[in-house]
Amino acid sequence: MTASEAKALEAKEKQEMSTDVEQTRPGATFTPAVDIFETDTGITLLADMPGVKVKDLDIDLQKSVLTIKGDVDSPEGPNETYVLREYSTGAYVRQFALSDAIDQSKIDAELKDGVLTLVMPKAEKAVPRKIAVKTG
Amino acid sequence: MAIMRPFWPTRDSSVHGELDRMRRDMDRLFGGLSGRSLREPMAGVFPLTNVTEDTNNYYVRAELPGIKGDDLDISVTGEGLSISGERRIPEGKKDASYHRREREAGKFSRMLSFPGQVDTGKVEASCADGILTVVLPKAEAAKPRQISVKAV
Repeated sequence: MTASEAKALEAKEKQEMSTDVEQTRPGATFTPAVDIFETDTGITLLADMPGVKVKDLDIDLQKSVLTIKGDVDSPEGPNETYVLREYSTGAYVRQFALSDAIDQSKIDAELKDGVLTLVMPKAEKAVPRKIAVKTG
Repeated sequence: MAIMRPFWPTRDSSVHGELDRMRRDMDRLFGGLSGRSLREPMAGVFPLTNVTEDTNNYYVRAELPGIKGDDLDISVTGEGLSISGERRIPEGKKDASYHRREREAGKFSRMLSFPGQVDTGKVEASCADGILTVVLPKAEAAKPRQISVKAV
């Protein structure tokens, strides 16, 4: 089986989300693609949010629900007309239920090149501890 | 000559109902395609780009999260812009277990052509917050020229 190292990327349409709660400003809202992985020490979330600057990013944590929200300014100038339009610009919103194992006071967030990295360490008591089993 | 009667039952509702439904289905299928071709494609080449213009320039924008200027290879000829590169996603830690994996990595390459000539010497590209913006000034011949109408 021949598997090339780096396959060609395919374009995916941006996932538009419909929410129960309406946004106060008009415009589409999209769901960012995320990778979430867990190690013994914590959970890391990476979200693709191109066009979001740090000042427009809002991370909210209430009752163990994590909400990521990023506003995106429309980059087109006022005199520009479209020749080709393949994607729309809009805010990114996504919500997750966090387990109680996360130490919510130690969550670290970094936004770089349109990728948000959230590192959420597990609370001390939730770190798995290996228990040596004695044979006797 | 005797008028031929159709073989199938002449309950018009059944035959025409069938044809009507098929016509509606085809309309919906093709209407959906032609409607969308003006807006967004169903399966496109990565990256999805928006091209706009004003009197002096063309602007090409693409969403490329996680990609820095060094990962991109952009070249331009008289009427075409080529964008290629590779999106890399750093390896997760060894003992990590993934809850979700929605982001993809890989190579991409795309050619865009423009309705008019561009001035290849003055093209500028910048990448900020995962958005690539390429500004291509139009060649003088391609800029619209107002023609005044003389009253005779």
